[in-house]
Amino acid sequence: MSKKNKIIGTLFIGTTAFSAFLIIAIILVMLIVIIIGGKDTFSWEFLTSFPKDGMMKGGIFPAIYGTALLVVIMSVAAVPFGAITAIYLTEYARETSVLAQTIRFAVRTLATVPSIIFGLFGLGFFIKFVGGGMDNIFLGGQLKWGQPNILWASLTMSLLTLPVVIVSVEEAIRTVPREMREASLALGATKWETIRRIVIPGSRSGIMTGTILAVSRGAGEVAPILFTGAAYYLATLPTSLSDQFMNLGYHIYIMATQSANVDQTLPIQFATTLVLLMLTFMLNLTAVIIRSRLRKKAK
Amino acid sequence: MKQPKIQTRELSLFYGEKMALNSISMDIPEKEVTAFIGPSGCGKSTFLRTLNRMNDLIPFVKITGEVLVDSLNIYDKQIDVVNLRKKIGMVFQKSNPFTKSIYENVAYGPKINGIRERKKLNEIVETSLKNAFIWEEVKDRLYDSAMGLSGGQQQRMCIARALAVEPEIILMDEPASALDPISTAKIEELIFELKKNYTIVIVTHNMQQAARVSDYTAFFYLGELIEFGKTRKIFTTPDNKQTEEYITGRFG
Repeated sequence: MSKKNKIIGTLFIGTTAFSAFLIIAIILVMLIVIIIGGKDTFSWEFLTSFPKDGMMKGGIFPAIYGTALLVVIMSVAAVPFGAITAIYLTEYARETSVLAQTIRFAVRTLATVPSIIFGLFGLGFFIKFVGGGMDNIFLGGQLKWGQPNILWASLTMSLLTLPVVIVSVEEAIRTVPREMREASLALGATKWETIRRIVIPGSRSGIMTGTILAVSRGAGEVAPILFTGAAYYLATLPTSLSDQFMNLGYHIYIMATQSANVDQTLPIQFATTLVLLMLTFMLNLTAVIIRSRLRKKAK
Repeated sequence: MKQPKIQTRELSLFYGEKMALNSISMDIPEKEVTAFIGPSGCGKSTFLRTLNRMNDLIPFVKITGEVLVDSLNIYDKQIDVVNLRKKIGMVFQKSNPFTKSIYENVAYGPKINGIRERKKLNEIVETSLKNAFIWEEVKDRLYDSAMGLSGGQQQRMCIARALAVEPEIILMDEPASALDPISTAKIEELIFELKKNYTIVIVTHNMQQAARVSDYTAFFYLGELIEFGKTRKIFTTPDNKQTEEYITGRFG
């Protein structure tokens, strides 16, 4: 090797290593800043109490509760819908059919739509059209469903996370070997019996991974719920689907931009961010573990 | 020759434009073992899979001609393919247990046929496992995962699973090709027992195996049925030169 080549080689390795290092460094710096900023505020009490004194003090319990409720309702809507779509795509639709390709195109497009668009869609479709329509038909125009609430926010969020569910479940269904389906069919099972008794049980962990990834995505997104149900501050927890709710991501946004004294709430912002990060990190970690076990099984 | 159980009439199969089976007509006798031999890619497995319509699952496959099972054309529109497959069991090249317990594997077929009664299921599972010569090895761990069995045990359990739906015909697609000699011997012994009650069609690339287990042998080459007859005759005095060359190991 010539000397010149050697220098170029070393430079190249150096550049790539530096880029890789930079990414780790950025994450580390972010984490360290957040941990240092939030560690004094972060406590059991912070997690379990309501905000106090115009949200200058106190905890974030309603935001945690609201986020949890949001992702639960979202999952109930998105997971069955997504799983059924994935089953259709992998088991029934022919790979080359126009319908299957249209669905795939729609799923890919859905995955790239900016999240604020989902928020606007939720406002227009769920709140104005569905909710407003329900009020007109059932309540004689009295305003109940035609305004932001946790149901519409959850449904809006479920549209955003649908592609995640579909892709994960599809991937899991494909790990069920063809030989197993053939064995079932050769025993006189119908296609549906094969799907129900062999394919779905075989892709359970994939369905779970999809759910967790969707939950982790949904827990962190703010834009879709901005107009559809998240509240600035509530003195009580939501008790009905038509109630508004507080949310961790939205709470951070409010604290950072709308608070009377941003500097004073800084520790709360850091601590809230820390909670949100820990939550999504744990969810993602669980998903990664399940997925790696799934991949091992597929081999 | 005994009464034919399966008859094919000018059966051809195309993958898209490509012809994989060329006008095959043969009579497969009842309660005998018929072996399909031939080099890889000769169409013997494809032909086997037309007999229980497993090729239906593959897109762009076109089939012409007839397959008659008990004189009924199984490609007839009125035939219920699900019922057909209950009558024709299949054992695959790679053992393919479900990721369930041994008991649940064997009970799978009876359960989808609507048998719910525990006592009846227990009985079927036991009989099927006994008939597949594996009961003694698994009777103490029926509720353990079938994945924990050895390859040979898995294959015999798959045979038990096929027997549990009480088929009349059993199709075997190279059932012993992935097994060690001892497990292979067990499978062959089992085939010998099973032919008392079942019509068996076995695809094999192992000519000694065909000679040992079968009563009739069909030699396939490039999608055509070259020669079909009593196994003894095929292996000693074949009529066709290609058959002779293949049997004596000059090609394949």
